[in-house]
Amino acid sequence: MNELISALYIIAFALFIYGLTGLTGPRTAARGNLTAGVGMAIAIVATLLTPGTSNWLLIALGLVLGTVVGVPAAQRVKMTAMPQMVALFNGVGGGAVALVAWVEFRDSHGYATVADYVTVTSLFAAIVGSVSFWGSLIAFGKLQEVLPGKPISLGRAQQPLNAALLLVAVGCGVAIGLGQRSQLLIIGLLIAAAVLGVMVVLPIGGADMPVVISLLNAFTGLSAAATGLALDNTAMIVAGMIVGASGTILTNLMAKAMNRSIPAIVAGGFGGTNAAAGPVGGPVDQTVRQTSAADAALQMGYASQVVIVPGYGMAVSQAQHAVREMASLLEGRGVEVRHAIHPVAGRMPGHMNVLLAEADVPYEQLKEMDEINGEFGRADVALVIGANDVTNPAARSNPASPIYGMPILNVDQARSVIVLKRSMSAGFAGIDNELYFDQKTSMLFGDAKSSVAEITEELKVL
Amino acid sequence: MTLLANLAILVLAGFVGFAVISKVPNTLHTPLMSGTNAIHGIVLLAGLVLLGRSASDVFDRVLLVIAIAFGAINVVGGFLVTDRMLGMFKKKPNAEAGKVAAVHE
Repeated sequence: MNELISALYIIAFALFIYGLTGLTGPRTAARGNLTAGVGMAIAIVATLLTPGTSNWLLIALGLVLGTVVGVPAAQRVKMTAMPQMVALFNGVGGGAVALVAWVEFRDSHGYATVADYVTVTSLFAAIVGSVSFWGSLIAFGKLQEVLPGKPISLGRAQQPLNAALLLVAVGCGVAIGLGQRSQLLIIGLLIAAAVLGVMVVLPIGGADMPVVISLLNAFTGLSAAATGLALDNTAMIVAGMIVGASGTILTNLMAKAMNRSIPAIVAGGFGGTNAAAGPVGGPVDQTVRQTSAADAALQMGYASQVVIVPGYGMAVSQAQHAVREMASLLEGRGVEVRHAIHPVAGRMPGHMNVLLAEADVPYEQLKEMDEINGEFGRADVALVIGANDVTNPAARSNPASPIYGMPILNVDQARSVIVLKRSMSAGFAGIDNELYFDQKTSMLFGDAKSSVAEITEELKVL
Repeated sequence: MTLLANLAILVLAGFVGFAVISKVPNTLHTPLMSGTNAIHGIVLLAGLVLLGRSASDVFDRVLLVIAIAFGAINVVGGFLVTDRMLGMFKKKPNAEAGKVAAVHE
């Protein structure tokens, strides 16, 4: 029977790898995901074939509970709320790892009856799993706007505190490894790691959030691999390690797209390094020009090229269908319309692509940053819909700005700029945007969806 | 020996993970993150193994049932969400033609 289980595990992780390869290409992605899902089903069935398995009712209870919660959550979540959903799913994975480690501790009387490497890997899994669970919950809270999105930081005390928490967690682990059997130690370890997870994610704000979710995803993968080592389970080792490795790469790709390093992101959010970096962009004219939907419609209706720059504001107000309708009307008038997608616009890489694809915007109209940046100079109007930090020229020109060096969309090079925005409040990163004070920029305040709808109405009667 | 064999598997799996994600279009970053997210729900197996093995202590049982439920949420939710996201990228020729026609009227 054990050979059969091992063979099934091999099939399962082969399917994971094959499925993941599929996920890297647009055409094969859906099938790849399905393939990996089949692999997972095989791995679960194989595990249940283990001879002498007992507690069937409780196992069924756990599986049913998870399914009953997971399926509706996944089916009902709005496309705009995807990032926090992924954060939440990631978190519960980490939570499962931490709980399993705790049970391993209790089951083996403080690792008295197991090999040393089991102790080490299990304790590693406990720390990382707990960090991942609580960190993901905070990320969820921030994205869901239960918690404030701006960085919450303790300033200088932050780093020493985090280091101290890590030391406490590792210290508890070392004590357990040296033969201390008190259950208080594992509880202390889990709590210290939990507080560490909270403290690490709280100060992170702005466009860094997607990178953090990806990093926590990689963490959970690594902790799953460690649990696999502890339990001598190849399927878990392979699957966990693949996620850990690919997650690390993905995190790196995302961080690179923003010209930020992962250590810098973890060390503190935007503004953490340079508190004085306010609007120091020199003598900027601090007045903004307001416009009306009718004016905006007029400008765009008689333009020859319009570039739409969507951001988180479009996601929040679910404006993607309204944007699609407006774009179709403009095209009907012979205006060339394109959408400029910043790699980290929204709260996740690819967030805008997913939303616009949902609204049936043709794939050819979606342009990535490198493709579109040379074209802004030829555009008559750049329409910014709820995007802020990714359009801030300070990233190019102001070395004192916390986002200096991050690649941005060159919106300011368009002949005129219309910005749809709820209010003059600063973006997620909490910094001012000089673009709004530019001579050629006009602002249309209000909810993105209703603003776009008003412009569309005006276009119809133009 | 078990440890060394498992470490070999671990290292190889790490390289596979690196190799698979060398070049991915930005568009697919979110679905990919979501897909790998579902895969680490494999920790569910740990809950199954431990609960199935013995777990006679009531508190252990409670912890493990929660762990299995968490893992199942991770797996089921993760794959479903990824599938929904990827569904957005599928071509919908009929729906699209209809909408464009309606708008131009």
